[in-house]
Order: sequence, then C-alpha cells, then structure tokens
Amino acid sequence: MIARAAALDRRIALALALGALALGLLLPHVLYVGLATDIVIWALFAAAFDLLLGYTGLLSFGHAMFFGGASYVAGLLILRAHWSFFPAVAAAVLAATAIAALVGAIAIRRQGIYFAMITLAFGQMLYFLANQFGDWTGGQDGLQNVQRPTLIAGIRLDNDTLLYYIALAAAVLGVASVLRVVNSPFGRVLSAIRENEPRATSLGYRTSAYKLVAFVLSGALAGLAGALFVIAHRFTSLDTLDWHTSGEVVIMTVLGGIGTVFGPLFGAPFYLIINDRLSTLTTSPGLVLGIIFIIVVSVFRRGMIGELVYALRRRRHVEHVAPGA
Amino acid sequence: MGAGYLALQIFNGLVSGAYFALLSLGLAIIFGMMRIVNFAHGAMYMLGAFGAYLAAKYLGLPFWWALVLAPVAVGLLGALFERTLIRRLMPLDPLYNLLLTFGLALVIEDFMKLFFGTQGTPYAMPAGLSGVIDLGITVYPIYRLAVIAISTLVCLAVWFAIEKTPLGAKIRAATENPQLTEAFGIDVSRLTTFVFAFGVGLAGLAGVLAAPTTNVTPVMGSDIIITTFAVVVIGGMGSIKGSIFTGFIVGIIAALGAVLYPPIANTLIFLLMAAVLIVRPTGLFGAPEGQR
Repeated sequence: MIARAAALDRRIALALALGALALGLLLPHVLYVGLATDIVIWALFAAAFDLLLGYTGLLSFGHAMFFGGASYVAGLLILRAHWSFFPAVAAAVLAATAIAALVGAIAIRRQGIYFAMITLAFGQMLYFLANQFGDWTGGQDGLQNVQRPTLIAGIRLDNDTLLYYIALAAAVLGVASVLRVVNSPFGRVLSAIRENEPRATSLGYRTSAYKLVAFVLSGALAGLAGALFVIAHRFTSLDTLDWHTSGEVVIMTVLGGIGTVFGPLFGAPFYLIINDRLSTLTTSPGLVLGIIFIIVVSVFRRGMIGELVYALRRRRHVEHVAPGA
Repeated sequence: MGAGYLALQIFNGLVSGAYFALLSLGLAIIFGMMRIVNFAHGAMYMLGAFGAYLAAKYLGLPFWWALVLAPVAVGLLGALFERTLIRRLMPLDPLYNLLLTFGLALVIEDFMKLFFGTQGTPYAMPAGLSGVIDLGITVYPIYRLAVIAISTLVCLAVWFAIEKTPLGAKIRAATENPQLTEAFGIDVSRLTTFVFAFGVGLAGLAGVLAAPTTNVTPVMGSDIIITTFAVVVIGGMGSIKGSIFTGFIVGIIAALGAVLYPPIANTLIFLLMAAVLIVRPTGLFGAPEGQR
C-alpha cells in the first residue's frame, strides 16, 4: 500500500488548516489574481484526488475526466444556455458524479497498478470522445469566449477578485468535506481497506461499495474544481481532459504529501508557482518539475507536509514511526 | 465491402498488433520479474525511433543497423534507470515505481522536446522495403509486411528463449521465487537488471520499426502507451504467450471495428477493455487475483 504520512495530531492539523487558510486569504495580494485562482482550483482538485489515493489507496491516472468533463458541462451550459453560476456548477458536479459512478463501477474491479492503468485508459477515452463530438465541444479549439455567469440576480462574476474568493470558498467547502469524510466512520473503513483489503472484507465490509463511494466523492469534488476552472478562464479545451492533467494532479499531491489532507493544498501552489516562474525562462518547465517529482518519489516520499509532520513528531517523540513508512 | 478491402484492414490490424505485441511483451516480462508496471515504456519506444533517426542523420547508419543498435542503446539506458532509481523502490508498494517511471516518462519526453519540438521529423523508408506487393487479394506496402514479420519473429524468439533456454529457466525461476533462486547461486540482482533492460529494449525495437511509418516525434510514446495499457488490461499480465496473442488480436479487432463503424476507431480498444473488465476482470490470460 502507498503509505500515508503518520496521522496528523490535532494541533498540527489545526496549524496546517490555519496556515492554508491564511495562505488562501493572502494569495491574491502577493500573486496576480489569475494565478491565485488557479492555485485554489488545483488545490481543491488535488485534495479531491488525495481522498482516493491517500485514504483509499487507489491511484487514479484518469482524474482529468472529472475535471475536464465538468469544465465542458459548465462551459456549455453557460455558453449556450446562459445558466447562472450555481445551477451551472451544480450540473457540472452532477455530470462528474455520473461519470465517476459509471467508470468507477468498472474500474474498481481491479486494484493497484491495474486500477491506475484502467483509469488512465478511460480518461483517454473521454478525451477521444470530446475530440470526436466537435459540434458540442469545439474539438481542438475547445470552448472559447465563455462569458462569466451571473452569481445571483443582477451580479455578474466579472470581477476577478470576487471570483477568487468564491473559488476559495468552494475550495474550503470541498476540503472541509474531505476532512469530514476522512474522519468519519466511513473514512475509517476506507483506511482499513487501504491497509488491508482482505481483512476489511473478512470483517464484513463490502469493500467494493466503499471504494466506489470514495471514487464518486473524489470525482464529484474534482468536477467542482473543473467547473470553477472554465468560469475563471472563460474557456476550456481538450487539455483539461488530457492525461497530462491527470498526471499534474498526481504530481501536486505527491509533492505535498499523500494522505495528509493539507499536503495537496501546499503541493498545488508549489507546483503552479514554479511552473509560472519557469515559463518565463524556459519552454520546458515540465522538465524541472519532473526531475523534482522523481527526487521526491525517490527520497522524500512523504512529500512536503508529510516530511514536516514526520520531523515534528520525531522531535517531540510523540510516537515512534517506522522509517520508510 | 469486398474481400480485398477486408484483407487490407486485417493487415493494418496486424501492423498495429505488431507494435502492441512488442510493447506489451516487454511490459509483461518486466512485470513478471519485478511486479512493476513501467510507465516510461512509451518514452523508451519513442527513444528507439529517435535512435534510428539520429543514427541515420549523424552516423549514416542504415535501418538494419538501427534495428539492432537502437534497442541495445535503449536497453542500456533502461539498465541505468533500473540500477540507479527503480531498484531503490523495489521493496515498496509497486505504485511507487509506477509514479517514478511516470516521472521518468515526463522528463524524457520534455527533454526530447527541448531539441526536437513537437512537430516531428520523417524517417526514410529503408532501401529495398519501399513500394508495394500484390498479394492476390490485396496490394500491400512491403515495409508493413516486414513489420509484421519482424515483430512475429522477435516475439516467438523471446517466447522460445524464456521457455526453452537455460537463461529463460533462470528468469522463470527468479520470477517464481527470487530468494530460492538466489540460494541456488544465481545472481538475481543482475538478472533483474538484464530483464528490465531487455523489456525496454523491446519497446525500443518497436520504436525503430514504427519510425518509417509515422512521424518521429517526442510525443509518439505517450500516445501509444495508454492504448498499450488497455491492451495489457485486456490480456492480463499473466503470460508471455498471452501478451503476444492479445497484442495481435486487439490490433485486428480494432481495425475491423473501425471498418464496421468508423466513429468508434479511437475508442474501440477502451470499450473492449471495459467489456473484458465486466465479464472477466482478470483479463483473458490473467491469473485470478490473489494468485496474482
């Protein structure tokens, strides 16, 4: 099993939550607001992804299908039917939920590396489908000029800073629900499945049902991030469905720390800010980020937050954690 | 739809099957020995194609030389990765090596993009294999027939080597029980490096074979690896024979499906994968879960 960093104790968790929130409130004042919004959206996406990888032990390489799929649904509803913010986002999340239920029901029949390959393949299938139905999706052009929807009667979301805080609120809500799930009895069963699925089965849990629900929840929250993406950028394209997008969210989560809830909230800004800065210097920022990723997987497997928590706990001798966990 | 057209499509299916078979055979050999899935397999395929291209451009080496040398070079690079990176993660969950090789795939692809962009360059058809041949029912390019023949021969040779030679016996023993094999005085560590190098070498070979028929580009690997993963899921990574057979069969089914209903061309293999997962989750040749 992919080992999760040592369970966070309450004080560290509180400090990390406050740190992430402070970062969120500060972000638009230190970065340009477009990048800040991207960071919040991807942080939500990565937190949703980590619900599956960190807490259920399932590595999905196809999460772009929820992110990208939802971005197209929200984009189309706003572009063609002039839906307002909440209905469009809700419909997009529902669509992502439906895709996740369908794909999940098939994908969870295998686990481990097979699950990764299967989700990757399904993600690619949706990419091809979106490319094929160009009348709807715009094919290679994507959906251009998606005007900002109205928030509530009369208020359009034209103000980028307002949109940032709405995205932040959505992300806080999303991360809070991940936390709630992880710390619920349901989340404990997920952890049991991650640690030892046969044992969880022998205790009488229908593990496949639990895994499916986790997959669907993760997909729905990834869909929320995708819906925010198309609204923030005023466009969406096949890139959001590309397997590189699935890969990016994997990288952010691993950099931040698998199974730490808060790790992805720091992994996403780390990734995006480096990417942003490098883009002005080189045409291949992915090369640098890929090398960082390889180093992290090879040496610092707990990720930024995981290693931090591990170091703190070791210093305080709170609990002995076996090295290499 | 005439018989000639159908035959043409079956040959096209055999050509894509030839690539699938080489790629999934390499993945299966590596998986058998190491229990890991090499995400960088597509990148190795791409490097094989670039190997052929660069050897022709700077060393003036013809296709037949590249067919031997490029896979060896790719294999050596694979051995380097196995020794320095992959080996370190072997005691951990195989997902870590999937993540690591995913990172390698990204880095290799981006590295090649630095020099070659994404446009790609053509690779000349090898002398003597250009042109078409009349097979009676249909006319078909000679080179593509050569691809089918070379891939089939190599796959059979690998199967024979693993099943019938002393080296193959050692590999099968190490696959079955590494500790016991080591106890018999066989250097399993070196054998593992060899097997990994050989597996990615097969991907390199597929890349060389693909070079004259497609544009040689840094992204050619990521396009094919996902489809190959679907092929692997369909076949199950249980057996050598299974991965070869599945590669060719899936190639033919995909080609014929595209004839019957063209819009399905890109997605048929994935739909096939879904169907297999529903009916027989372990794949056509896979052992039941638990027995791996």
